[in-house]
Amino acid sequence: MLIWNFVLMLVWCALFGDFAVKNLVGGFVLGYFVLSLLASRGVVGSPRYVRRVRRIVSFAGFFLTELAIANVRVARDVITPGIRSRPAIVAVPLEDLTDAEVTLLATLVTLTPGTMSLDVSSDRRTLYVHVMDLPGGDASRFVSSLKRGFEARVLEATR
Amino acid sequence: MRDAITVGLLAIGSVFALLSAIGLVRFPDLFMRMQASTKATTLGIGCLMLAVAWHFGEIGVATRSLLVVLFVFLTAPAGAHMIARAAYVTGVPLWQGTLRDDLAGKYDIAHHELEGVAKPDEGANRD
Repeated sequence: MLIWNFVLMLVWCALFGDFAVKNLVGGFVLGYFVLSLLASRGVVGSPRYVRRVRRIVSFAGFFLTELAIANVRVARDVITPGIRSRPAIVAVPLEDLTDAEVTLLATLVTLTPGTMSLDVSSDRRTLYVHVMDLPGGDASRFVSSLKRGFEARVLEATR
Repeated sequence: MRDAITVGLLAIGSVFALLSAIGLVRFPDLFMRMQASTKATTLGIGCLMLAVAWHFGEIGVATRSLLVVLFVFLTAPAGAHMIARAAYVTGVPLWQGTLRDDLAGKYDIAHHELEGVAKPDEGANRD
């Protein structure tokens, strides 16, 4: 399905005779809509690819908004006098994830400002996260929000 | 208009890089300083590279700046993980304002093993 999407993208660019970035992106998006239409009628391809792309896009959007919000929060603590943050190292129990999924999750946690993954336990079931500001000193709330937000979405995008 | 967006992105990127440099000086312990420094890479490098891609508007430049962002995003967390682990194992002290430390006593340094937890609430509480 991904290959078909690229083929449609190239056809679109060939029609314009111009392989510029905007045509490539436009062709890919248009090709995706054509494919999702065809897949929903059961003509060609599988709806799995369609669903997966949608999940990955929504995951990227979710991650970028988290990134922006958290960055502003860290920035505020940097410029206001005194250290108001209450840091903590919190153990987050994980579902049974594969190596790749743990890596992806730990990477995303580190990239998000305010949280940094320190280590993963040898049995891969616990992620140790350094939190810059634990809201209200309540670790269990942080754990459940990370599990519901990042972990659930990583699983959605990879499975 | 085109230049305005370039300038805006450059300004945002440099401001975040500056903020993380200030954070690096101001924050009290190694882990919080690392929080400040790894964050410069996300929004700071992201915005600067986006500005480059936008300004030149060529596919060659755009793909290369995207790759720069991608590689920084791939390598920064790995580096942060290694530095943090080395620091923790060698006993770099946490700031006294740290609320809790669930890692305490979990490392088995002789065997390079790290214990997990059964339940999240059983971690050590610090005052």
